[in-house]
Amino acid sequence: MNPILLTPLDISVAASLIILDALLSIWLRLRLHRQIAIAAARMVLQLVAIGYVLRFIFSLNNPAATLLLILVMVLVAAREVAARPERRFKDHSNFIIGFVSVGFATFITAVLALTTAIRPQPWFDPHYAIPLAGIILGSVLNSASLSLDSFLGSVRRERQAIEARLSLGESYRESIAPLVRDAIRRGLLPIINQMSAAGIVTLPGIMTGQILAGLDPLEAVKYQILLMFLLSGGSGLSALATSYLAAWRLTDERQRLRLDRLQ
Amino acid sequence: MEAALLVEALRSQFAGPFELTLGAGTCAAITGPSGSGKSLFLRMIADLDPNEGRVWLKGTERASVSAPDWRKQATYVSAESGWWADTVVDHFAASKRSEAAALAARLGLRADLLGAPVTQLSTGEKQRFSLVRAMLPDPPVLLLDEPTGPLDEESVARVELLLRERMTAGTSILLVTHDPNQAQRLGGQHYRMVAGRLEMP
Repeated sequence: MNPILLTPLDISVAASLIILDALLSIWLRLRLHRQIAIAAARMVLQLVAIGYVLRFIFSLNNPAATLLLILVMVLVAAREVAARPERRFKDHSNFIIGFVSVGFATFITAVLALTTAIRPQPWFDPHYAIPLAGIILGSVLNSASLSLDSFLGSVRRERQAIEARLSLGESYRESIAPLVRDAIRRGLLPIINQMSAAGIVTLPGIMTGQILAGLDPLEAVKYQILLMFLLSGGSGLSALATSYLAAWRLTDERQRLRLDRLQ
Repeated sequence: MEAALLVEALRSQFAGPFELTLGAGTCAAITGPSGSGKSLFLRMIADLDPNEGRVWLKGTERASVSAPDWRKQATYVSAESGWWADTVVDHFAASKRSEAAALAARLGLRADLLGAPVTQLSTGEKQRFSLVRAMLPDPPVLLLDEPTGPLDEESVARVELLLRERMTAGTSILLVTHDPNQAQRLGGQHYRMVAGRLEMP
């Protein structure tokens, strides 16, 4: 079965729904019509642009170009991770922690999936590598930023407790462990929720897309299950890396708590 | 006589340089206005804040021991106590709990408080439990930051009695206090902290 291809007319019909939103905003004085228009225009432009970029990269079929695009995606994700938490490091540590943990988690998970489960020929075929990296990145970014936010938020609040333990001669690792645990837990919650709700509360986007594109539901489900496992693995790795890196950045060779490194 | 605690050219970006010699079983009392650097000085000795300079404990230089081992020897008790578990008793190792209860009783803390949630304790009760926690392993040097600040007269007397006993047994104490009378009662040496400098009065 071939996917039903959309014509510009089909999309224009759907766009009338956006017009409906805008009219609603004018009628109810929600003052959102401007934002709706800008957001819709942005969405269309961004997606069309990425469509052309992907088509171009696919036609190049060059591992270096694929890697470069993924690297750009990781950099953007790292910036998001760095910007999300309320508390920041004075230097660029937020960004570096985000880059290292997001990059590491995405790379490990994507390479594992490409070389063992999906196995395109060659394994770095951009048709598979780029969308897969994109999906994993979204989830990994979410858990990294939640973990970082949780850790940096609680560390100042728990300062007395941490320093009390340090003063009694406990190691920094022991003293900070409850906060690291909480931060990792925080980063893992969304993917656990997503897994529990999958299929009942929500039909996951990828699966829906594949079914719409004509794939047999059970085949689509298999893909979705694989993806969920990949996403939870990626989230776990990035929550772990983010929390430990942030904890490590807040201490020094004399096992002090260096809150002076935060803004 | 070998000094229990010897501080040489200890300084940080905010305070110092400091020199101090504290004999075994003696107490040095530091008074001075808030924000003058009294707490910073204690924290620097305990190596909780970045600092430069040299500190010896009974002839062993600080740089030659790991930070946790050093803090077990020169234990800092902050003016605001910190807690990391739900109930008081969780902050004591299972093997040390009866000893902790005995010490707590000597400071006038009711026995049932040991099993209570930390959030139910008054500031003064928490302060005394944090002293118990620090004194339990019997460190040779105690760095006490206003240990009796939030306490009533009777509790102050109990704490001071216990501290004096420990001094007789050889413990050295560096005491930061706002109470000049307490400085007189306990201190063998007296200092005043003014703008990050230690002065002899």
